[in-house]
Amino acid sequence: MSLLAALGRWVLEGLSHVGRLSYFIVDAARGLSEVRIWWPRMMIEAWNIGAGSLFIVMLISAFAGAVTALQTGYQFTGSIPYYVVGTLVVSSIILELGPVLTALILAGRIGARYAAELGTMRVTEQIDALESLGRSPASHLVIPRVLAGLIMIPALTVLANLSGVLSGWISVKAVLPVTDADFIYGAQYYWRPWDAYYSIIKAFFFAGSITVIACYMGFNTQQGAEGVGRSTTTAVVTSSVLILVLDTVLTRLLLNQ
Amino acid sequence: MIELQALHKAFGKQVVLERVDFEVREGETVALMGPSGTGKSVLLKHIIGLIKPDSGTVIVDGKDVSKLKRRELSEFRSHIGYVFQNGALFDSMNVFENVRLGITDQEKYSDVDYCRQRIAECIRLVNLTPETIEKYPAQLSGGMRKRVGIARAIAGQPKYLLYDEPTSGLDPVNADIIDGLVQRLDHELGVTSVVVTHDVRGAFRVADRLALLSEGRIVMQGTPKEFLASTNPKVKEFLERDFDNPTLAA
Repeated sequence: MSLLAALGRWVLEGLSHVGRLSYFIVDAARGLSEVRIWWPRMMIEAWNIGAGSLFIVMLISAFAGAVTALQTGYQFTGSIPYYVVGTLVVSSIILELGPVLTALILAGRIGARYAAELGTMRVTEQIDALESLGRSPASHLVIPRVLAGLIMIPALTVLANLSGVLSGWISVKAVLPVTDADFIYGAQYYWRPWDAYYSIIKAFFFAGSITVIACYMGFNTQQGAEGVGRSTTTAVVTSSVLILVLDTVLTRLLLNQ
Repeated sequence: MIELQALHKAFGKQVVLERVDFEVREGETVALMGPSGTGKSVLLKHIIGLIKPDSGTVIVDGKDVSKLKRRELSEFRSHIGYVFQNGALFDSMNVFENVRLGITDQEKYSDVDYCRQRIAECIRLVNLTPETIEKYPAQLSGGMRKRVGIARAIAGQPKYLLYDEPTSGLDPVNADIIDGLVQRLDHELGVTSVVVTHDVRGAFRVADRLALLSEGRIVMQGTPKEFLASTNPKVKEFLERDFDNPTLAA
């Protein structure tokens, strides 16, 4: 019985979060009309996300590309033509590894930062102060962060894809007798322009889940420093799980029709 | 005029305010006293609409605050200055930008010359040096942060000033400076003020009238003289620790 009660409480709490998150999004959207407030702040946030995350995103993607290429070479040597390595590297990076790895890294880097920043502002009454001054926390704090993420995370994903493919190309040439022509032929053989759009669409959804959940958690922080820590952890864990769920759902919806 | 009628607020099972009636008349300064954790700050946040009551009404200048729509609430708040307990200054902004946010009239906010002049005036009013303007909150002492918080609250030339524990956490010298500042601003700016405090000495110094909140209820409202003459055990108990104080004795 206590297990049932615990499950019931968990479900109710989950539903309550869904309701509050929906209200949070609608409330934040109302601040969109205050362009002169959020525009300059969005530019600062976009620069912070882009410049601050570029190196780590490209580095991790480069390693993912290299490992994909080397493992493909190891598994298929002698059984299938070498050009297939090009196909697998490009498809794996652009369809899956580029957007998902970038999103998971940024859930930790950007999501944690936003949740901690806003959580600290909540517990030190800075958000209340903003409201008391008749100003909208949505246009000052939420919209700039969410829009900056929606612009910069897909852009970083494109760069991560390029980094992963280039690194895979260089790595496979170092260990297998694959020529540039083989790799390019393989890369183009199964290539569909939709794959690039799909990668960016996924990144866009991931960006939404990272930024909105981080801002929501930060805004709902309670109980001082401990609460800030809890909000930050919850934001990273929730957005990471949501990224994986969205990855599956979007693959089903956009690729398996 | 601020009127709270039968205000009731609970967080979960914990009842914080229980049918509270409270009134602040035009031009007066009322100190709301009470031990820590009795709901003084919660009451203050109801006045500005940061917290909505479970039942009861908050009427300010004839308007029911909990029924105001988003834009109306924003407009209403532009006439109220709120001084937060720890200043609640924005860490990422310097003093100039923090105080500038207090200029709630958008035309004036966009006029850089007006802002410079107004911010310099507010900084002078709270006894800070002009050099403070360039500093960030992390570079200021606790007392200075509170004064910047007050400067931000008065920058928009509000009709009402709400102070949440303006002297808590300060040494007696700094607490006296802030009390003096509250008193002086009330006279110079002619605002209506509510000062939430558990500092009896400070309350008697700044307020025209006092109210004591205990266990979610207003125990007594009256002038300092009426408080000193009160036989209510809760009032006596609360004032007792400061009875030997020369300020009160006078």
